[in-house]
Amino acid sequence: MNLTLHVWRQAKASAPGRMERYEAKDVSPDMSFLEMLDVVNEKLIADGKTPITFEHDCREGICGSCGFMINGVAHGPKSGTTVCQLHMRSFKDGDELYLEPWRAKAFPVLKDLMVDRNAFDRIIAAGGYITARTGSAPDGNAIPVPKASSDQAMDAAACIGCGACVAACPNASAALFSGAKISHLGLLPQGQAERERRALRMVAQVKAEQFGNCTNIGECEAVCPKHIPLAVIARMNRDYLKASWKDRGAVKQDESA
Amino acid sequence: MSPATAAGSQNRALRFFEATIVKKAIVAVTGAVMFGFVTGHLLGNLQVFLGPERINAYSAFLKSNAELLWGARITLLIALFAHIAMTIQLWQIKNAARPVGYVKKNNSHSSLAARTMYYSGPVILAFVIFHLLHLTLGTVHPHYSETDVYANLVYGFLQWPVAVSYIVAVGLLCLHLRHGISSMFQTLGFNHPRHTPRIQAAASVISALFFAGYASIPLAVMTGVVRLSSMSL
Repeated sequence: MNLTLHVWRQAKASAPGRMERYEAKDVSPDMSFLEMLDVVNEKLIADGKTPITFEHDCREGICGSCGFMINGVAHGPKSGTTVCQLHMRSFKDGDELYLEPWRAKAFPVLKDLMVDRNAFDRIIAAGGYITARTGSAPDGNAIPVPKASSDQAMDAAACIGCGACVAACPNASAALFSGAKISHLGLLPQGQAERERRALRMVAQVKAEQFGNCTNIGECEAVCPKHIPLAVIARMNRDYLKASWKDRGAVKQDESA
Repeated sequence: MSPATAAGSQNRALRFFEATIVKKAIVAVTGAVMFGFVTGHLLGNLQVFLGPERINAYSAFLKSNAELLWGARITLLIALFAHIAMTIQLWQIKNAARPVGYVKKNNSHSSLAARTMYYSGPVILAFVIFHLLHLTLGTVHPHYSETDVYANLVYGFLQWPVAVSYIVAVGLLCLHLRHGISSMFQTLGFNHPRHTPRIQAAASVISALFFAGYASIPLAVMTGVVRLSSMSL
């Protein structure tokens, strides 16, 4: 199959970018989307041109590195997959594809389709952890966890931090990501000690990174490769509203530390 | 309390309103207040089908209790102001969050109602202003009477552009409600695998019923179902 690609090309963060047109010829339907780009890049290199930069690592949908917009949809047309898990059989001969990087102030474009997602790491660093005792490994069943909580926590913990939620959101909100991280620890007994502080700090960091606000529109949930539900955002809202209401001097000591 | 602590607590109070989650919660709560009004207003208006005596008596009853009337009006005005002020701030945050847009963007997973909240809102506001000038203050009404709301309504809707714009405006209001009614639960932190789909279904049914109820009044006037006894049609 033959495809026409319109790809965002930008030499570096400070340079202006523009859409450029490429022809992808003799594409096998069995290739993954990234393999198709590898082939396009081989040809660009052979022609003495700069290959298209895109981020990738595991190529099995678990690392969260890859990801860009394909015809306006984060990770492309297939539900519950990352770009690396998307195969060319999802397209047909003659298709025109627009490839664009995630667009958000908090995700500056580094080069072509690659963006800087360090904002997510700073949100995690702000509160995405628990206090655990050191020493020998604890007994697996020492802390009872209700089945429903464990299932919901696991659903939220499936987040790979790819950034598709931000990219798909008309408001460039990171609510699904921060909601997933706050829920996944907040649902477990081990996460209770820092539950309120976590909600306050991670939400504050989201704001500091200049992500947008959530309008409960649901575009994020639809493109999430891990099908993280909107329920995690409601849980974050609940934890945050409760914590900020209770935060009247209690966190003071902690802040000065 | 040391000055430093006082400053700290002031900062906390400021920070509370800085958070987009809190701004959105204010939009949700004030929206719920206005939804309560829209419900009561519809039930009041539908009394037009029970005849002029009934709705005029209802209007006189509302106006007889000044404390209650002005209490409700002031509450609604505060709710409206806060709803709009918070939405404008969120709109600015959202615009700043994506300075460079997409060449192609597919937003087909969200509902039309959800995507048009920022557009239906200002149109509803413009309509509310006109509506107040038309049927509450009477400034733009052809035959305004302080006591005969039934006649005001019939004369008002006999002007077809007024009736048509009223139907369009309540249509947009109900579209706004369709997202708003269910969204406020999510914003305030309520999402349940069994109840959330029910809330969404209820939001669709309620907004459709509200549209039918509100639109029925101008339609009834235009078709002559609701008319003045002195009028020969």
